[in-house]
Amino acid sequence: MTLLLAVVLVLVACSGAVVLATKSPLAQAVVLSVHGLVLTVAFAAFGAPDVALAQLGVGAAVVPLMVLLALAKTRSRMEPAGNTRPRLQEAGSEAADRDPTDPE
Amino acid sequence: MTRQVRTGLLVVGLLGFGALLVAALLAAPPSGRESHPYGDAASQISVQRQNTPNVISSINFDQRGFDTLGEEFLLFASVLGAIVLLRPTPGDKQVEVSDAPEPLDAVRALGVLLLPVVVLVGFYVVATGHLSIGGGFQGGVILATGIHLLFLAGDYKALRRVRPLPLVDVDDVVGAFGYIVVGLVGVAMGGAFLQNTLPLGTFNTLFSAGTVDLLSVAIGIEVGSGMILLLGEFLEQALGSQSSASSSGAGT
Repeated sequence: MTLLLAVVLVLVACSGAVVLATKSPLAQAVVLSVHGLVLTVAFAAFGAPDVALAQLGVGAAVVPLMVLLALAKTRSRMEPAGNTRPRLQEAGSEAADRDPTDPE
Repeated sequence: MTRQVRTGLLVVGLLGFGALLVAALLAAPPSGRESHPYGDAASQISVQRQNTPNVISSINFDQRGFDTLGEEFLLFASVLGAIVLLRPTPGDKQVEVSDAPEPLDAVRALGVLLLPVVVLVGFYVVATGHLSIGGGFQGGVILATGIHLLFLAGDYKALRRVRPLPLVDVDDVVGAFGYIVVGLVGVAMGGAFLQNTLPLGTFNTLFSAGTVDLLSVAIGIEVGSGMILLLGEFLEQALGSQSSASSSGAGT
């Protein structure tokens, strides 16, 4: 049992370090989600299933999703004018974006 | 306040906190053993006196229900803050959300298959918080993330229809203040605020444990709608609005 806890703690330390070492925010959101999953396993191994369930929802799903959405918004701002749409729906909307008969 | 004063204040604070933390940990009963005095006491109250099989829920919604009230309003306040921060500013304009590129068939199939299962699990976890793992908070998060599978399956417009944000606003308030109303039941029954004065029922059945399950459901409503609002504001900002800073050139 103690061995299991030690292995899980080492895993948490490793995935946490990977999150810190990841440079790109986009990749970091994904790695953060994996780190959330590892933490979930850790809480379950320590006999705290209630906390593990909360961690699974918040740490592995909601927080990375919020980071991704914030990234989508900031990217659409930073891109040059004429290509202002969020990347999520970029494909196929190029022509509409460059419409010269813009009402503005 | 200069930088030096601030740093000095931080160092004093950290040292003080560290000293107190070490002192507290040294004096605490050892953990990781077969039994722990706090755990034993909480389990005994939960199972023998309050008829609640899930000791964690008994602690959260009964033995220290007032703490949970604070946590609930902490979430309520942060969702409110996020809504205020992410509100459309005068420079923003609403854009028609065009359909995103078709997702892969596998992703769409998985989303459609998982959606009802996840939502059902969410309701189950909220409703049986007093009996098994989970409770209002966990179930609420599962419900809120579950309906976003609709977005994953490729249809943001359907997601918008399923959770009209103004209605979810009301829902959030109902959940938050429902908790207080259940707490006042304790006062009305002649006890203290949040005291578990309702009949405790038969051990390990759905309608038992008095106010524990009612509080769990209130938290479930509040957390579920709070999370939907939070993600909803982010989604609206990312997909449904365009700020003037970026639309100075050709917009749509």
